[in-house]
Amino acid sequence: MIRLTINGREVEVPRGSTLLEACQMHGIEIPTLCYDPDLRLAGSCRMCIVECQNRPLYLAACVAPAEEGMVIETHSPGIIEARKVILELLAARHDFSCQTCDKNGDCKFQDYCYEYGIKESRFQDGGRHIYTVDDPNPFLERDYNKCIMCTRCVRACEEITVARAINVEHRGHHAKIATAFDGYLEDSPCVFCGQCIMVCPTGALTSKVSAGKGRAFEVDRVLTTCTYCGTGCTLELNVKDDRVVGVSSNRDENWSPVNKGALCVKGRFGWDFINSPDRLTTPLIKENGEFREASWDEALDLVARRLQEVKDQYGPDSLAFFSSARVTNEENYLAQKFTRAVLGTNNVDHCARL
Amino acid sequence: MTNSIGELEKDARCIFVIGSNPTENHPVIGMKIKKNVLYNGAKLIVADARYTDLASIADVYMPHLPGSDVALLNAMINVIISEGLADQKFIEEHTEGYEEMAKVVSKYTPEYAETITGVPAEDIRKAARLYAQSGPATICYAMGLTQHSTGTDNVKSVCNLAMVTGNIGRPGAGVDPLRGQNNVQGACDMGCLPNVYTGYQAVTNEAARAKFEEAWKVKLPDKNGLTLTETINKAHHGEIKALYVMGENPMMSDPDLHHVEEALKNLDFLVVQDIFLTETAQLADVVLPGACFAEKDGTFSNTERRVQRVRKAVNPPGQARADWEILCDLATRMGYPMSYDSAEEIFAEITSLTPSYAGMSYQRLEGKGLQWPCPTPEHPGTAILHKDGNFTRGKGAFSAIEYKAPFEVPDEEYPLVLTTGRSLFHYHTGTMTRRCQALDEHVPEAKLEVHPELAAKLDIADGERVRLSTRRGSIEIKVQLTERLRPDVVFTTFHFAEAAVNWLTQSELLDPVAKIPEYKVSAARIDKI
Repeated sequence: MIRLTINGREVEVPRGSTLLEACQMHGIEIPTLCYDPDLRLAGSCRMCIVECQNRPLYLAACVAPAEEGMVIETHSPGIIEARKVILELLAARHDFSCQTCDKNGDCKFQDYCYEYGIKESRFQDGGRHIYTVDDPNPFLERDYNKCIMCTRCVRACEEITVARAINVEHRGHHAKIATAFDGYLEDSPCVFCGQCIMVCPTGALTSKVSAGKGRAFEVDRVLTTCTYCGTGCTLELNVKDDRVVGVSSNRDENWSPVNKGALCVKGRFGWDFINSPDRLTTPLIKENGEFREASWDEALDLVARRLQEVKDQYGPDSLAFFSSARVTNEENYLAQKFTRAVLGTNNVDHCARL
Repeated sequence: MTNSIGELEKDARCIFVIGSNPTENHPVIGMKIKKNVLYNGAKLIVADARYTDLASIADVYMPHLPGSDVALLNAMINVIISEGLADQKFIEEHTEGYEEMAKVVSKYTPEYAETITGVPAEDIRKAARLYAQSGPATICYAMGLTQHSTGTDNVKSVCNLAMVTGNIGRPGAGVDPLRGQNNVQGACDMGCLPNVYTGYQAVTNEAARAKFEEAWKVKLPDKNGLTLTETINKAHHGEIKALYVMGENPMMSDPDLHHVEEALKNLDFLVVQDIFLTETAQLADVVLPGACFAEKDGTFSNTERRVQRVRKAVNPPGQARADWEILCDLATRMGYPMSYDSAEEIFAEITSLTPSYAGMSYQRLEGKGLQWPCPTPEHPGTAILHKDGNFTRGKGAFSAIEYKAPFEVPDEEYPLVLTTGRSLFHYHTGTMTRRCQALDEHVPEAKLEVHPELAAKLDIADGERVRLSTRRGSIEIKVQLTERLRPDVVFTTFHFAEAAVNWLTQSELLDPVAKIPEYKVSAARIDKI
């Protein structure tokens, strides 16, 4: 362990900790934009700068190692002023269209601009780049007019999904996130998992499927397990007015043990079948080759009567039940219980082989 | 899976993927494998007729002819034994039947296997050495290995390979079938199989049957029932008269749809309970509207045996009801009262009757869930089965397995091998994903993958519609040229009703043990339209 002083408090942290980790361990909040605990460190946005006694320059806490005897100030007047300048520099390329942005209310950049009182940037003399928003893929909206170049999307694509579809193109004021040759995502190795949306601290990357359907402060997030393949990823269904309007990630491995928030294209963007107008909403009975709507009482009485008749006439082994790899354990349990105890046969199976 | 998903990201030093395309079918598992291989130095071997995304980063890629898995695996074992790479200590202490297996395998030299699989002998040697010498090694397989008339043999061969090198029961060393559906593991665990109750307790075991008879207060049948594929055949013969289908779509997912359609139409009574009017539901006498995963509470069990919570987020549409509520109502109407206040109450009944789930409760599942076996309320769950080579059955049994050709081999009339699978952007019979706006916009139709060499020979172009035929029938389908597969193999997905490939697959010869259909090998031909 090593000892250092943060904001006048002497604290102990394990050797090898960064200053950011030292602060987090002791409940001291430091603003970060490019930092992500699951990704390689970038140290590029500089929001996490802190002041260290006897050092001429401010240190980026996310990449600076904590050292024995350091005396750190995280919110000194000089630091506050410097962070304002940093935010203004980042804001120079940011389109403040918060009122129509899907990330409104769930945007780290907006939060910090609010906290530090940044309304506009003094550094827009040459005007900012205007990027066209025209990627035709149906999943991901890429609006680089809101991008602050934290590169979390690049690192998530490379380190979590390992698709390596995007990188930084050009340098300095002209830098931009792009696929090879700055083309469309569908012409790149992108697999549309949306991990980039998961890590983006602004509204630069959002879901086209959820666009306009509800912002973070309007939705409830219900933690559940994905309905597609057998991996068993944890995801959050975003619910507004009793409708699912999107999917978000829970990145805490204590709640998302398999995937730690990572999803695939089906898990993240394949939820809208839930609201499909094709959903069955009432029991149907076929008469003369045509379906007609029926009440539950009528339909279930008919099913009960017909199953009983077949059982009585041909014996229980003339009946069979196909249960489902899609429904819950509880329902599968009842399906085989129903087949064995009520129908009286072991003719129960599901699509494990298909 | 004998092991856990997380081990594929760090512990496994070699991963052998055979008959599985994780980056499309289990994408998050695919991501972990890629990470391990590209950033963590793990070795990767891929055996697949298609050059998958993982094949492109593999140390050894073996494009074996569909249906030649046993020959390939036997040859790898042959190399391991003949080059002295076998784990003799593990074999002696933890296994039985080695001699018989070794005797059969001795004739499968890499050169002999090359004549069956089409994989160069030297690549088989390289793969065998990598698998045996890299440290803890895991085999991942999926339906590419199992959907064969020799599916059971293929899986046993994979187990032979793991046991001969002692790659079982340690972190990163195991045999991992990647299960394709959210709760296919759970449906099996819950006894939705014709021969077992929950937790794989045999219906023919008198003690198990007595336990369930006492709990359910009813006399239970004592002989094994019919598998799904057998049920369809018996319905066709008229022996099965009524069928209840809950959340399944055999009119898309089953082999030889002509046969399935005839069988379902031959029933006296068909009930389908689903969330959409599926191809199967359209043939039903009564359709009952169920609730989807977002509309009910419960649990799913994933491929690593982890039981996790499913939570209700919204109400079902209209009068639709949770499937468990419908079943309870129906059982009660049939004179067997079933009543539960909640899914949690059903789960408590499950745990009381299922030793491998006995230590679980909804309270304990909060957070990370639990991996079975979890026999007591204090038990932490089981991340790795057969720990340290101590097999559940005692000693690990080697099987001596000879290669058998698939049911259908290409001939003059049907010179190609047709193999089927899934796309990243769709799921199974497309019931859900075809109704997801973005997914269906991105991949709106089936494509037949054809190698450019074959296309040139047949004078067909990229995007051209062709007739794809087998002995069962024909479909029309659009061609996509790709060098991803062997020129003697063509591939398509089974998600699309407009070009449902299961009109073409065969249901005559199933795997004799598992009754799994041979989706991965049909003799086929392509004709210009």
